[in-house]
Amino acid sequence: MAESPQPRHTLLVRVTHWLTALAFLALLVTGLEIVVSHPRFYWGEVGNINTQPLFQIPIPASRSLVPTGYAYTLPDQNGWSRYLHFQAGWLLLLTGVLYVGVGLLRGHFRREMTPSRSDLSAKRLWASILDHLRFKRPGPEEAWSYNVLQRLAYLLVVFVAFPLIIWTGLAMSPSFVSAFPAAVNVLGGQQSARTLHFFLTAVLLLFFAIHLLMVIVAGFWSRARAMITGRAGGR
Amino acid sequence: MSRLSRRQLIAAGAMAAAGAGGLAVAAKLARRYGLVPPDSGGIYGPGETLTYAAQRLLTRHSMAREFSRGQISAKPLQNEVAPLGEEFARLQKANFSDWRLTVDGRVAEPRTFSLAELRSLPRHSHITMIQCEEGWSYIAEWTGVPLRHVLTLVGAAPEATHVVYRSFEKVWWESVDMADALHPQTLLALEMNGGELPVGFGGPIRMRVTRQLGYKSVKYVTHLTVTDNIKQFGNGLGAASPEAGYAWYAGI
Repeated sequence: MAESPQPRHTLLVRVTHWLTALAFLALLVTGLEIVVSHPRFYWGEVGNINTQPLFQIPIPASRSLVPTGYAYTLPDQNGWSRYLHFQAGWLLLLTGVLYVGVGLLRGHFRREMTPSRSDLSAKRLWASILDHLRFKRPGPEEAWSYNVLQRLAYLLVVFVAFPLIIWTGLAMSPSFVSAFPAAVNVLGGQQSARTLHFFLTAVLLLFFAIHLLMVIVAGFWSRARAMITGRAGGR
Repeated sequence: MSRLSRRQLIAAGAMAAAGAGGLAVAAKLARRYGLVPPDSGGIYGPGETLTYAAQRLLTRHSMAREFSRGQISAKPLQNEVAPLGEEFARLQKANFSDWRLTVDGRVAEPRTFSLAELRSLPRHSHITMIQCEEGWSYIAEWTGVPLRHVLTLVGAAPEATHVVYRSFEKVWWESVDMADALHPQTLLALEMNGGELPVGFGGPIRMRVTRQLGYKSVKYVTHLTVTDNIKQFGNGLGAASPEAGYAWYAGI
C-alpha cells in the first residue's frame, strides 16, 4: 500500500484527541465518584437532604446522612477525586483551547468538519442515519473524511457540549462565581448548574459510547492507527 | 511518517526550552506573589496550583453573591459532627459565658475575647450561600464580627500571609490566605437568621468564608493564629483538610 504524503489526521488532532480522551475518562470516573457523596439533584439555587429533589439516583451514598434506603455507606473518595477532577479539568481546558485555537487558524473545522449543503439535505441525512443504525461497514474512501453525522456530532461535542460542561462546572465554584455571578445566575442557580452538569455528563457519556461503537464498526485498528500514527490506507 | 528535518528538530528543541524556561519563570513569580498553595506537592500539585493561582488572580476582591431575605432557606442543613463531649456541654450550659477566642501569632497584642466582648464589636451581616463539597447547599443570614476588624485590633503584622483558625473539635483546623482573611465578607459569625447561632450550625462562633466551600467555614472556633509561615502548622499542608486528602483551597 503506498504511503500517502499527507497524514489522515494532523499531529495537532492526534495529540489533542488522546489528551482529551484521557482527561475525559479521568473527569468521568472522578465525577461519578463525587456524585456518590450526594446522589440527589435539585433545581434553582439551593438543595439538600431537607429539600425535595428533582430526582435521586437509586444508589448507596458515601455519606450516612443521605437517605438512600441502603443499610450501608460507600467509602469516601472525594478527596483525591476532587483533586484529580480539577487537574483533569485543566488538561481538558488547555488541550481544548489549543485544539480549537490552532484548528480555527488552520481551517481544520472549515475543511474537515463542516458538512456540505447537499449533505445536510433531509434525504442524505436520513440515508446516513439509516446506514449507521444498520451498522453498515464504511468503504475505503470513508477512511479519509468524516461523514455528515460524524461532522455534526463532533461539532456539537467540541463547540456545544464541552464548553457547556466546563461552564456549568465553573458555575459551581463559589470563587469563580464571586467574580462572574452571571455564570450561575443565567443558569437559574447553583443547583441548576449542578443538575445541568450531570445531564451534560450523560450526553457526553452517550457520545463516548456511540463513538467507540462506530469506530469498531468502521474497523477499530485501522481507525485507531490513523489517530495515532496518522497513517491510513493508501488512496 | 516523514523524516524530521534538522530545522524542525532545532525549532522543536528551542520551543521546548522556551516552554521550560517560561514555566520556571512563572513558578518563581507565583511563589513570590503567594499564588502557590501549601498543598502543591504531590501528583495533584500542578492542577491545584493552576486552580489556586488562576482563581486568586480573578477574585482578590470579588464578593460572594448576596441574596434577598426571601431567598433564605426554610430548610438549611446541619451536617453531621462528632459528639462534642462533656466540656462543650458544660460550656453550653453556662451559655458559653466561659468561651474564649484566643488570638496570637504574628500580632502586636495577643489576647483572648469572650463572646460578650465579640458582641460589643462592630458587626456585619450578609445573606450568603453555604455550599458543601458533597454538592448540597443552603442560604442563610450570617451576622458577626468581620475577621479583619479583629486582626486590626490585635495589630496583625503586615508580613502575615495566612490566618490559621482552630475548632473546639480539635481535628478540624483550617487556614486562609490574607485575601480571604481581610475580605469584607469573612466573619466570625455569632448569629444565624437573626437569632443566636445554633450549636448545630457552628455556635457559638463559626468562621464564615463565603468564597470557598463549607469545610473552610469551621464551627466552634476557639483560636486564631496569624502567621507568615503556614508550613509550620501540622504536616505543613496548610490545614487539616489536605491531611485528610482534601484540597487546602476550596474555591472550587
